[in-house]
Amino acid sequence: MSLNIDQIRGLFPVLHQEVHGKPLIYFDNAATTQKPKAVLDSLLNYYEKDNSNIHRGAHALADRATRFYESTREAVRDFINAREAAEIIFTKGTTESINLVAQTFGRKFIGKDDELIISTMEHHSNIVPWQMLCEEKGAVLKVIPINDSGEIIYEEFEKLLSPKTKLVSIVHASNALGTINPVKKIIQAAHAVGARVLVDGAQSTSHLEIDVQDLDCDFLAFSAHKLYGPTGLGVLYGKREVLEAMPPFLGGGEMIREVTFEKTTYNDIPFKFEAGTPNIGDVIAFGESLKFIKSLGKKAIKDHEDELLSYANELLLPIKGFIPVGTAAEKVSVLSFNINGMHPFDVGQMLDAKGIAVRTGHHCTQPLMQRFGIEGTVRASFSVYNSKSEIEKLAEGVSQLARIKNK
Amino acid sequence: MSTIREIQDEIVSEFEILGEDRESTIFYIMELGGNLEEFPEEEKKEENIIKGCQSKVWLIADEHDGKIHYKADSNTDITKGLISLLIRVLNDRSPEEIIQAELNFINRIGMGNIIGSQRSNGLAAMIQQMKRYALAFQTKLNT
Repeated sequence: MSLNIDQIRGLFPVLHQEVHGKPLIYFDNAATTQKPKAVLDSLLNYYEKDNSNIHRGAHALADRATRFYESTREAVRDFINAREAAEIIFTKGTTESINLVAQTFGRKFIGKDDELIISTMEHHSNIVPWQMLCEEKGAVLKVIPINDSGEIIYEEFEKLLSPKTKLVSIVHASNALGTINPVKKIIQAAHAVGARVLVDGAQSTSHLEIDVQDLDCDFLAFSAHKLYGPTGLGVLYGKREVLEAMPPFLGGGEMIREVTFEKTTYNDIPFKFEAGTPNIGDVIAFGESLKFIKSLGKKAIKDHEDELLSYANELLLPIKGFIPVGTAAEKVSVLSFNINGMHPFDVGQMLDAKGIAVRTGHHCTQPLMQRFGIEGTVRASFSVYNSKSEIEKLAEGVSQLARIKNK
Repeated sequence: MSTIREIQDEIVSEFEILGEDRESTIFYIMELGGNLEEFPEEEKKEENIIKGCQSKVWLIADEHDGKIHYKADSNTDITKGLISLLIRVLNDRSPEEIIQAELNFINRIGMGNIIGSQRSNGLAAMIQQMKRYALAFQTKLNT
């Protein structure tokens, strides 16, 4: 059954405004999605009625806040089909989730001359933490090359694998290109040589069905704000046996079992990795984001976004001077492009004047831009509340701009 | 030759004619970039770059008879237009005039609103670099 987009748009207050005198067309969803009213109401409701520090409070508010907080953990478990809620750790975002793994798993299990594998299309947040680790440990970072369509060359990945490989950290869906990587196959191959696998799900979790048991990944990192939820909140999923073997990340309250000045013993997972007062209000509101996604169904969301992407391709590809960047066979709804003879920043600013919000630049993937020999791209990324008529406006805008330099 | 103030007044009235329409204003700025003198390719080197977040600007200056002559280029058309406005106001003037110039046309046009914060920072960096050249030539001329 197809979705009623007008009805869905009605749930998002921010979409109903004008910018520069034009109706807002929000195509910057890969950077962050907008939030449905239920999420905003939940935030306000928490601070108006339930605000309290969670766990160990001997009063009604603390009890309520704890229950709501933990019920989101359970909703996240359900969302990615983890075995148990204890495998869900709340963090500040995907970046912190990856850094947590680098600083704990990495520091304990990766040593001199060990190898880590990432791909050419990683976001800086899945490059830099590993470079820092490699520098500290004398380990080696290997990079899977990609082809001109923006797909990893799987055979080259297989060649990089060896008994020295300790970790493969790979993006599920590229933020800059939209490419969906064959992570299940990658995980199987990595496991065959005894390596662990982290999947960067920042872009994939909002578009694709995710089943961590089926994928068999060791870690999955993602952010709430790209899933119609609040900013400053993310998730790290890890298999119980891996999380238990890892040392803690930050020291402080909540993560301890017992503290004496001689020795501290640590709490069980997930609390071992949640030192200090967590982001309670946002976690609770994130529960509403997950309800929203569930109410529509991932498949229906994906079908709608696929339709938008193929409509955008249909209208934009024939435009003279339009250069698509990233033409993988399997993609999420990200359309990265350039206009011949124009800087992406200029294109972005001109589209903004038309009320169309896109992102321009290197998208925190400078090595990927270098691979394509470009400075950056214009990126339009579509979400469930976008409509075909908005895509038509984008095509009109791009076509008008392309004519300036491509007569 | 018109004064710095007169040229700024001219620019402000040109933008006033464009009115409130953002698109035509930005198009206009992009077209202004076409007024820039040709920039020597060999001068497009690291030391001549004024770095913005997404755009690059190359700026060089030389001095003849106590007046400073600027040349600039950019990899984005909007930025080219912006620097062409600065050059129109400040070119072929004495270092003192340039150092003391109050470039009020930027605020009078409401340029910050038109081009956004990233480019406004870039514009401020361009002005600073032009004034630095003036300061350097002033020191050189006085010694």
